[in-house]
Amino acid sequence: MRLINSSLTDRVGEIIEASTSDFVAQCYELYELPPLGSLVKTKDGELDIYGIVCHATTGSLEPGRRPIARGKDEASEEAIYQSSPQLSKLLRSEFSALVVGHREKDRINQYLPPNPARIHGFVYQCPPDELKEFGRSLAFLTLLVNTNLPVAKEEIVPAALRLMSRAQDDPHAFLVAAGKELAVMLGGQYYQLRAILGRLK
Amino acid sequence: MTDRLGVVVSGSLESGVEVKLDGTVSVEDMAVGRYVTIEGQKQRFFGMITDIGLGVIDPRFTLTPPDIADPFISEVLSGTSTYGTLHVLPMLTIAGDVDTLIEGPQPVKTVPSHFSAVNLASQQDVELVFGGEDEKRFYVGTPLDMETKICLDLPELVKRSNGIFGKSGTGKTFLTRILLIGMLQKSAAVNLIFDMHNEYGWAGTSEGGKSVKALKQLFPAKVAVFTLDEESSRRRKVSTDFVVRIGYDEIEPEDMSLLRQTLNLTEPAVEAIYQLRRRFGRDWLRQASDLTDSDETSQILNELSIHESTFQNLKRGLNSIRRLPFIEPHTPVNSVKSILEYLDRGMNVVLEFGRYTDITAYVLVANLLTRRIYAQYRERMEKAMAEDSAKPTPLVITIEEAHRFLNPEVASRTIFGTIAREMRKYNVTLLVIDQRPSGIDTEVMSQMGTKVTCLLDNERDIDSVLAGVSGKSALKSVLSRLESKQQALIFGHAVPMPVVIRTREYGSPQSYQELLTTGKAEGGEQAEKDIEELWG
Repeated sequence: MRLINSSLTDRVGEIIEASTSDFVAQCYELYELPPLGSLVKTKDGELDIYGIVCHATTGSLEPGRRPIARGKDEASEEAIYQSSPQLSKLLRSEFSALVVGHREKDRINQYLPPNPARIHGFVYQCPPDELKEFGRSLAFLTLLVNTNLPVAKEEIVPAALRLMSRAQDDPHAFLVAAGKELAVMLGGQYYQLRAILGRLK
Repeated sequence: MTDRLGVVVSGSLESGVEVKLDGTVSVEDMAVGRYVTIEGQKQRFFGMITDIGLGVIDPRFTLTPPDIADPFISEVLSGTSTYGTLHVLPMLTIAGDVDTLIEGPQPVKTVPSHFSAVNLASQQDVELVFGGEDEKRFYVGTPLDMETKICLDLPELVKRSNGIFGKSGTGKTFLTRILLIGMLQKSAAVNLIFDMHNEYGWAGTSEGGKSVKALKQLFPAKVAVFTLDEESSRRRKVSTDFVVRIGYDEIEPEDMSLLRQTLNLTEPAVEAIYQLRRRFGRDWLRQASDLTDSDETSQILNELSIHESTFQNLKRGLNSIRRLPFIEPHTPVNSVKSILEYLDRGMNVVLEFGRYTDITAYVLVANLLTRRIYAQYRERMEKAMAEDSAKPTPLVITIEEAHRFLNPEVASRTIFGTIAREMRKYNVTLLVIDQRPSGIDTEVMSQMGTKVTCLLDNERDIDSVLAGVSGKSALKSVLSRLESKQQALIFGHAVPMPVVIRTREYGSPQSYQELLTTGKAEGGEQAEKDIEELWG
């Protein structure tokens, strides 16, 4: 939540891996991840590419070198980081975002952009105004529901909708409309729908 | 638009169309029998809701129902995964093609295209279909949940025989009274009412035991009350115009054959009547029942080849006829003639039966009088046709307990069967009131122009009323769900499509006033006079 409340142009990371359907960004600061389901964007020339944060990891910078437990003699968790300041440089936080649309001039299209995002593209957290604008259409739910994600849809979809609803004038109406959209999309997947609706409130 | 209900999703002309309700419309707000309009691409359709159902997008919903106690879940699911369906029978096209523009609503010949919007019919739509009140149309009631007036085209109605059906206590009598008042005001026909229970002449009773005004109190100048039972009429303080008496010599063998069942006569006994009539002439009834057990009698019976037991059977029957107090050896005035005189003057005649509510008396008198009146009408009509002169005023004869006259066994023999079949050729039609329509001959039923039916719950009765109507199964569900009071389904000649009505109010001072002012709107001075007399 800290990130949502920070400056509107707050950069949350930089792309280190990109494909047509998603991109992975590394955070500048350890643990300063955008929340699951939040809307982020990156620029690609004229285009703004929007993504929804669907997975995040924090781990060792080097794949072969796993962190070890260090807190046996420390009083608190913070004390571990204070006594080993190198840790924040050896560890990193990454998140991946599913591409759910792009802005072309003034128009938001909720379908995939022609090209994937660029490596080293800056990733920004979308401010509430933009979130509200993006939420005018619910077509992005198709991408969200129909892509295989590392985390279950029953988690991502409600998380994204909950965050987006807070930026709307009438959050309840927004959630009902989204719920109805999902009910149609998941017509044959009743149990999934039920789980999502249960988490939407 | 708040009146939008949903969209057409499937269907056929034969079976009606299926409508999926919008999520915002609650299935519980719908009602069978309500009117809807369907906005097709080229035409507007007018139809009636005949069934209401529930649907789910996935059968698993029914196996593990979602928790709809949660308002959010129920709001999301309603209209998407779970939805209401309506079955709508399109009946008329009310706008769009040339015919409709020129001639008004037309019967449907096609169905609306996929996903046409379905709306609740507005007041204007219903008025367009059933017409407003005017000099020909008479307001009989309102559609369910609407204030629009449903009006019947009465001159059109009386051109054919009509039926009013319904279980006992469902409001047949009230409905009949209202229709009779309508006919009296707007149809240019005269009525002859065989009033078995003394409900139509002076005063009737409502279900609550309250007395309501009947025809003569409302229209004294247009209605004459005839009675068979002067004493009863006097007791009820009815001012009668004529006391009907029937002479022995007025009873013909045809009148007797209709009474076969009620008098428990055998078939040979009925045959014997014809022979006795041939032998004794007009005075056969008195002479035959006066025959005593003598040699002379045996000789006569032998000559006529009537068996002794047959004769005894017949004699018992004849005696019970003679016991009827209004049957007299000789009558000074011819009742048929006086009824016709009144009818010719444009007066409507209500014949009260007083205490003689026994079915024998009713069948005998109704049949006897009607046969002669019909014969007169027939003669006049033929004469009028030959001479190209004025035809007699159309006559509507109202009979109760109609299945006694029109059951398959006797329908071919009675005058009522003939009238029902030959219909309007001779300007005489029937208004049949009955609670067991299944007892009425199918041929007669099929000839009825307009049928008005209150609640019926016997399967056979429902079938016989709806026989031959298109969309029968749909109407069946409407009919069996009518409320037991004040509601009726009207279909047939006088209405463009079947319609469920809530009968207009009858019995309060205001309702009388309304009925009388309708007459006034016609410009009739008489009605004005009537009102003056009534209200001072």
